[in-house]
Order: sequence, then C-alpha cells, then structure tokens
Amino acid sequence: MIPLQGYLVIAAVLFVLGLFCVMTRRNAVTILMGIELILNSANVNFIAFARYCAPDIQGHVFAIFVIIMAAAEAAIALAIVLNLYKRINSIDVDEVDMMRG
Amino acid sequence: MATNMPADMVTSLVLILLLPLAGFAIQMFFGTRLPRKGDWLSTGLIGISLVLGIVMFIRTLGVFDAGYARQVHWPWIDIGGFRVGMGILFDNLTAVMLMVVGIVSFLVHLFSIGYLHGDVRYSRYFGYLGIFSFSMLGLVLCDNLLALYVFWELVGLSSYLLIGHWFEKKSASDAAKKAFLTTRIGDVGMFIGIMILYAKLGTFRFDEIFAAVADGEIGGSLLTWAGVGLFCGAIGKSAQFPLHVWLPDAMEGPTPVSALIHAATMVAAGVYMVGRLFLLFTPEALLVIAYIGLITAVMAASIAIVQTDIKKALAYSTISQLGYMITALGVGGYTAGLFHLMTHAFFKALLFLGSGSVIHAVHSQEMPDMGGLRKKMPVTFWTFLVATLAISGVPGLSGFFSKDMILGASLAFGMEHSSHLIIFLLLLVTAGVTAFYMFRVVFLTFLGRPRDEERYAHAHESPAVMTIPLTVLAVLAVGSAWGGWFQALVVKPELGQYRTAAVAPAVPGGEHGEAHAGEHHEAVHDETTIPDALHADPEGHETHVAGGDHADHGAAHRAHQIAMITSILAAGLGILLAWLFYGRRLFSAETVRRRLAAVHLLLSKKYYFDEIYAVGVVGTTLWVSRAARAFDTHVVDGAVNGTAWRARGFSWFIGLFDNTVIDGMVNGVAGTVTAWGRQFRRIQTGKIQNYLLGLVAVALILAFVRLVRGF
Repeated sequence: MIPLQGYLVIAAVLFVLGLFCVMTRRNAVTILMGIELILNSANVNFIAFARYCAPDIQGHVFAIFVIIMAAAEAAIALAIVLNLYKRINSIDVDEVDMMRG
Repeated sequence: MATNMPADMVTSLVLILLLPLAGFAIQMFFGTRLPRKGDWLSTGLIGISLVLGIVMFIRTLGVFDAGYARQVHWPWIDIGGFRVGMGILFDNLTAVMLMVVGIVSFLVHLFSIGYLHGDVRYSRYFGYLGIFSFSMLGLVLCDNLLALYVFWELVGLSSYLLIGHWFEKKSASDAAKKAFLTTRIGDVGMFIGIMILYAKLGTFRFDEIFAAVADGEIGGSLLTWAGVGLFCGAIGKSAQFPLHVWLPDAMEGPTPVSALIHAATMVAAGVYMVGRLFLLFTPEALLVIAYIGLITAVMAASIAIVQTDIKKALAYSTISQLGYMITALGVGGYTAGLFHLMTHAFFKALLFLGSGSVIHAVHSQEMPDMGGLRKKMPVTFWTFLVATLAISGVPGLSGFFSKDMILGASLAFGMEHSSHLIIFLLLLVTAGVTAFYMFRVVFLTFLGRPRDEERYAHAHESPAVMTIPLTVLAVLAVGSAWGGWFQALVVKPELGQYRTAAVAPAVPGGEHGEAHAGEHHEAVHDETTIPDALHADPEGHETHVAGGDHADHGAAHRAHQIAMITSILAAGLGILLAWLFYGRRLFSAETVRRRLAAVHLLLSKKYYFDEIYAVGVVGTTLWVSRAARAFDTHVVDGAVNGTAWRARGFSWFIGLFDNTVIDGMVNGVAGTVTAWGRQFRRIQTGKIQNYLLGLVAVALILAFVRLVRGF
C-alpha cells in the first residue's frame, strides 16, 4: 500500500505547480487553471488524511464541498473574465491594474 | 392544538368562513371579466356557505343540549412570553348566528342582483358583500378577544366601503367617513377593555377569561371598567346613545346593504359581543348597559315617529330595537336579548328589503311621494305588513315572543329592584310607539291614495329575484320563534362551570363526544327542558341579574304574564292610533304637529345630536386646534427664534476656534498621513500576482523560521 507520504508529495507537487502557474501566467484563464490545481492538491490532502489518520467521513465531505465550491468559483471567475474582455478587450492580467495606488 | 371538535366540523366551519372571502378575492381581481360580472359566483359561494351553516345548525338541533360547545384552538404567535392563539368556538349561539348571517347575507346577495342591476361598480359591490360576510362570520366563529377585535374592525371597514358605494355623491362619502370614525371612537374603549383583561390575565381566550373571573383573579372595579370599555365597542357598532348618529346617515348606502349590515348583522354584532362576554360583566357594568340601551330605545323610537324618509324611519327603528336588546342583556335577560337579535334580524332585513323594493319602484325614499302602492306591489306590501306585525309584537309572530321575553325580563328585574321599574315602563311605552310608527310607515307607503300620481303610474312590482328573498324572510319573520327551540338552546351561561378546579372541561360539554350525540339526544329530551320552553312563558330559564335565584320563580312567572298582556295592549294601542291618524284620518297628524310644534321640531332635528356634536365635538376640536396654532406661532416659534439668535452668536465664536485650532490640528494630521501615503502607494501595484508573490514569500519565510527554530 502506498504510504501517506506519497500522497502528500503528490499534493505538494500539485500545489507548487498551481502556485507557479498562478504567479507567472499572464492569461487569466490559465491562472484559473492554476487555482484549480491548488484546490485539487488540497482535496488530495483531505482524502489522504481522511484515509490514513481519521477514518471517518469528514474529510470526504470537505473534499466534496471543495469541488462544489470550485465549480461555483470557476463559474463566477469566468463571468468576470468575460466582462473583463468586453471592457478592455484583453484577458492579460498585467493590463488590469485599475486598482493601482 | 387543544380541541374537542371533530375534524369534519373544523373543515365545514373553515369553509363557511373562507368561501365568502374567496368570492371577494375573485371579484376584486376578475369580477368585471366574468360573465354577468360575477354576481352568480358571489351569490353561489355565500349560498354554499349558507348550506353548510344550516347543516351545522341542524346538527346542533339534533344534539339539543344547552351546554353544547366545541372548540378548536391553534397556537398562532409564540414569541418569548407573548402567546396568542387562534381558534373556533362553536356553540348554540354560534350556530344560530351562523344561520342568521348566512340566510340574510344570501338573500341580500340575491336581492342585490335585482336592485343594483346595471350599477357602475356592480362586481365590486358583490366583492364587498363577500368580505363583509367573511368578517361577520369570523366575528361569530372566533374564540378569543383579539380575533374578535380584528373581525370587529373588518366589519367596520366593509361597512365603510359599502356605505360609500356611491361615493360620487358627497353625502354618501361623508356618511361612510362618519360611520367609520364614530364607530372607531367606541372601538378605542373596546381596545382599552381588551388590554385591561390582557394586562391582568395574559390571555385573550374567552374560556380562560371566564375561568379567571370565576376564580376571582380579576374583579371589582377593574372588571367593571373592562366591561364598560368592551361595551363602548358595542355602543359604537350597535349605534347606541350617544354614538348612534352614524346609523341614520349610513342609509346613504344601497338599500340591500342597509338590510344586511345596518339592520340584521353588523349592528347586532355589539349585542352578540355583550352576549358572548356576558359572564365578565359585573352587576354595575350591566346596569350601565341597561340604561344606555333604555335611553337609546326610547330616544330613537320617538325620532322615528316624525321621519318622512322611509329608510330613516327604519334606521331609527333599528336603533330603538338594538336598544331593546342591549337593555334586555343589561337586566340579565341573556336569552331574551339574543332571541330578539335573531328575530329582529329577519323582520328588519325584510323591512329594509321591502323598502328597497319600494324605492326601486318609485325612485324616491320620501314617504310623501308614495301612498297606495298596495295594488301595484302586492308581494312587497304583504311581506312588509308581516314584518311590521312582527316588529309591533302582534301575538303569534316571531317579534312577539322575543319582545315579550324582554319585557318580562325587565319587569322581573324591576320587581326585584323596584327603583329600576322604570326600565319596564319605558320599554312598554316604546313597544307602543314602535307599533305606532311602523304602522304609520305602512299606511303612508302602501295604503290611502297615491300622493304622487306620476310616480305611482310608473311603479311596478319588483322582479322575482327581489320578491323571493322577501317571501323567504316573511316566512322566517313569522315562524322563526316557534317551538321554543331558541329558549331551550341559548341559555344564560353560569360562571360556576368555568372554575379551574376542573381545567379540562373548561369547554362546557366537552366530555360529550360527537359519537354519543344520539344517546345524548334522548337524554336531553326529558320533561324538564322543552315543555318549559314551549310554555307560553318562554323564560323558563331566565334568571335576573347576576346572582338571581330561582326561588321566586312564581313571581317571575307572574311578571311574564303581566308583561305579555301589557305588551299586547301597548301594541294594539299603537296600531289603533296609527290607524286613527293615518288610516281613518279621524285625527289630523297636521293639527297635532302644529299644536306640538316645538316637540315636532325637536324630534325632526333628532334631538339636535348632530348639531350638538358639530358645535361641541367638532367645534371644540377646531377651537383647540386654533389655540394650539396660536401657541405654536407665538410661544414656540418665539422660543425657537430666540434660541436661534443666541446659537448664531455662539456659533460665530466656535467657528473661529474651529477654523484655526481644530482645523490646524486636523490638517496637520492629514498632511502627515498624505506624505506617508505617497510613499506607501507604490506598494500597491494593482497587479494581483505581485501581491501573491509577497504572500508566498512571507509564508515561505515563516515556514523556514519554524523549521530552523523548531516551534
């Protein structure tokens, strides 16, 4: 049986890949994909800990909540991106700096 | 849910209540789009309601138990310590009222189809009739004071809407406002009464209040004031002295409305309320009730003599008869007062519908324009005559039994307390006067020669949709009191049965299940209840004021015999006089009027009540308002302006200080913040990824520190 550390490593790798993606990409949609990676790395951790450390249903429930929340988040974020495109005709996040001080 | 009511009964009662409301809602939204503007729908719905009401009534007749009562109670509002329930109380009185309201309401719907044919707001009229029926049925079905008050106001509202049905006419819209405001004055008293009871007892339920009264939790002057307060509501709604002034004006509404609301049902609501809450009135409160009723009865009857408008004459007759009922309740004649309420509902509705039929034919309400209509309108004439005989107290008709019972109760009361014998004497005189003025109306309207040939030529009998209600009501005006069932079923309640030693049977008769109705029926059919009631003396159960005992039953019996004989004599005398004046014309009414010019003026001006109120109440209000305005302009404004001057001077100084010292400090702080802000704004690039980078960097540093230092 694969040890817990295996899952944690996979999750860490996923997390770092996601974080990297979110921090470096200019394309808003790609950033969203990065966020999905981060969320799923958290899911992997939830399931793994639920399986190895606390054999009850809480971890699974959390994972399902995260999935649902991710779906909602994706819907809203894509709506934002769409509006962004309509407004500045681009989805490059570097051009979105209206909040600059 | 506390209940001893079978589920099918709850369903029927709720249906009875809600069907007219459904009619109202449909008429309001879709009325004008329905075929025939939906009159069949409203009439049909109230018809179903009536059929259910009659079924319920027959069911209580089948049980035939004076203590029969079923109650269902649901919690409604329950917030913290504030608990209010809603419920239905169904006993014999409710059954009778349901039937009376249903019958009169249905017949008035039917009559209105003819009377308001082609009216501008035809469907709205039927909608309003529906909401009136709903509120009136709710009033008689509810089991607590709060619901009673709500429905009480709802009938006031629907009365307002219906009086003002022809609101283009200023007199109608004024009358509607007057009716609403005048009854509201009484309702304030009623609200105070309810609040006294709630503050003291913490409940609105009738049975719980009676239990508290029985246990002596509330008593003395507080209870008297609560009773007088509640009675104020009845003074307003039942048009008792001194708030009777709205009812004659309410005749501006369509005549079927007058029949339904201002004769048979709503104005009787006050009487019903006093009857329903009879147990909480102390002897002192009852005495007030008796004398208010007496003043009303005598005063209104005397005004009715000189009215020339047929509806006004009937309106004053209604006020007088309501005074009769109130007096009866005040002297302890519980059964008598409510009995008269029922019989009066039928014959007075008939009188009003008859007058409506006449008005429909001659297009005038003035009796000088009428005369000799008997040949043109035979059905209207004969039914009107039947109702007149009934209200005059001619033996054998319903009005005789109830009026005789009231006189008997008041005489018995007078014999017990000789200082109050005047109640009986004045009621007796009023009975004679009633017969006189009612026959005056009959003679002036239907007999003699037509005084206005042109109107007479155009007069015609009303269509069947109007004459059928008249006929049905005539049958009820004759026979509704026969058999003594009312006296056997609606019996004065005893306070003792509410003692909380037995909380469970607080609802009287609760232990008799519906299933045993059959055996029970046999049980009550023994020799004690019915024959007594069938006896010529219908007051077998009547006791006198609270605490009266049955020891002097013989005296009471004699009182009723005296009352019966004298009341027949009074009625006969009244009819004879009316005949001599207006039939044979042996005496000239004109001569009498000239001889007693001052009295005639006083009566035709209705004792100057409207003028006194115009000067006294309205005038005083205006004077107070003007004085208040003067005070406002000179004293209040002066004070305000003076303060303003001083404030301006002070403000100038404050302003100086503010501009230099305070602003200097504030600007200094602001300048510092601005300088810092100019530096810090560089950090905010507006690029999310920069922030994220910072976040990750800090997280990494923290993780690193934790790894290195190990905590």
